[in-house]
Amino acid sequence: MARTLIHVPERARAGEVVELRVTIAHPMETGYRSDNEGRPVPRDILRRFSCRCDGELVFSAELFPAVAAYPYFAFHVRATRSASLSFTWEGDQGFAQTETRALVVA
Amino acid sequence: MTIAVDPGQAPRRRVLLGWGAAGACALLTLRPLSAQTTSAPTTPEAAALRAAVLAWTGGVTPRQGRLEIDIAPLVENGNSVPVALSMPSPMTAEDHVTAIALFNERNPQREVAVFHFTPRSGLAQVATRIRLATSQTLTAVARTSEGAFWSRDVEVIVTLAACIES
Amino acid sequence: MRSAGTWSLALVCAAAAVAQTASPPRRTGFDDMTPALQAMQRDDTRNPAMLWVAEGERLWDAPAGAAGRSCAQCHGPAPASMRGVAARYPAFDELLARPLTLAQRIAQCRQRHQRAEPLPAEGEAALGLLAYVARQSRGLPIAPPDDARLKPWADRGQRLFAQRIGQLDLACAHCHDQRAGLRLGATPIPQGHPTGYPLYRLEWQGLGSLPRRIRNCMTGVRAEPYPADADEAVALELHLMTRAAGLGIDAPAVRP
Repeated sequence: MARTLIHVPERARAGEVVELRVTIAHPMETGYRSDNEGRPVPRDILRRFSCRCDGELVFSAELFPAVAAYPYFAFHVRATRSASLSFTWEGDQGFAQTETRALVVA
Repeated sequence: MTIAVDPGQAPRRRVLLGWGAAGACALLTLRPLSAQTTSAPTTPEAAALRAAVLAWTGGVTPRQGRLEIDIAPLVENGNSVPVALSMPSPMTAEDHVTAIALFNERNPQREVAVFHFTPRSGLAQVATRIRLATSQTLTAVARTSEGAFWSRDVEVIVTLAACIES
Repeated sequence: MRSAGTWSLALVCAAAAVAQTASPPRRTGFDDMTPALQAMQRDDTRNPAMLWVAEGERLWDAPAGAAGRSCAQCHGPAPASMRGVAARYPAFDELLARPLTLAQRIAQCRQRHQRAEPLPAEGEAALGLLAYVARQSRGLPIAPPDDARLKPWADRGQRLFAQRIGQLDLACAHCHDQRAGLRLGATPIPQGHPTGYPLYRLEWQGLGSLPRRIRNCMTGVRAEPYPADADEAVALELHLMTRAAGLGIDAPAVRP
């Protein structure tokens, strides 16, 4: 399980578009580097990120090696009612991780 | 400090905002005054960049405009470069941005990322951090639910660290 | 008796001489960064170093070692007990009769009080704890302890700072005192104040310590870096913190 930083506003008004910020601890090894002995270091990156609100897809991203280490995304969701937000990262070496946070709409 | 490119060069002009203007905004914004992608690519890298864009659009040449790229014109380290992409849109079911793709000219591969939006996104905006191997052109392309493609180019200068690890 | 005019002239000349030898205003690495990177550091929801702070917070509460004791059991909540600590390190350790850096102090605590295995100094756990503790001093001025036992070490650090090293035969002072503000390649030369350690360095694509950064510098002038925990490394860190006295801690920082 990689460490994550997930920022969801404490509360939102119905209809408000709020910003979500996520960071995950993943080195995003590009596959273009060599180690100190000159051997190529194999690619090991996250390839996909998605955010769902009560299961409905809000935002997603296809990632390539040019995404920086410790991938960071800030994106938006229109809040309608209190819901469960899920954040999923998938990638090389079978990497799969989902975190959930509550979105409070009051 | 303001640096203006000699107007005798190319159709492009660049203006660098001084660091002193930092108070107003977190990211320095670059707005090229005219487009490059409609003219013939001059280098193999530029041609490959154009080919990657057209592969994504299914052969449609995007129109310049509407899409904005927020990135510092001069970057101290290419390992982690903040960039924000945004396109104004009502983001309704009938009229919304479906995706924004970001391509580069001089990294080992052309694709940087593709961001997918839904009406539920509320805004067609994303901020992230990317890797830039060297000074180069970046091209962002947006696709709307009506099947239109818009694009924007930006040039970034990347400096390298003077004292390296080993 | 000299005339008033001559005395005034002497005073003006003396004042001018003092003004010429007065130090330039101090600038931190944060001051030298572009606005985009300053924004990355300033916002805890954007600063990648906060991943390590979160790890440190978790470790703070986790029982460790043969004693099965957590940091929290002795120290309570870190925001209260660790406030100001990073600002007054390196500090003299009674038992070892020598100064310890903050990282060494945490390692000593683990060994003595938790009876835990040592953690690799540049590993996630050690850096996490260091980042978490340093974070609690954010905004506070660096305040080296007024401890006479530190003086020989600080003096040695000052001599090391001024000593030529490596194939390039340069001293720290040549770049970071005499040429701070000028450029090496395209990079502005910082004054080298360690206000933000441990920090996320873009060049490392990760979080690292002050000793790691100093090793980079020494490699840069083609000198053999000090081994980890060498006396020289501690003396130099003590000198750098003394030299930076009064500047605000901005740990954990972001640097290019």
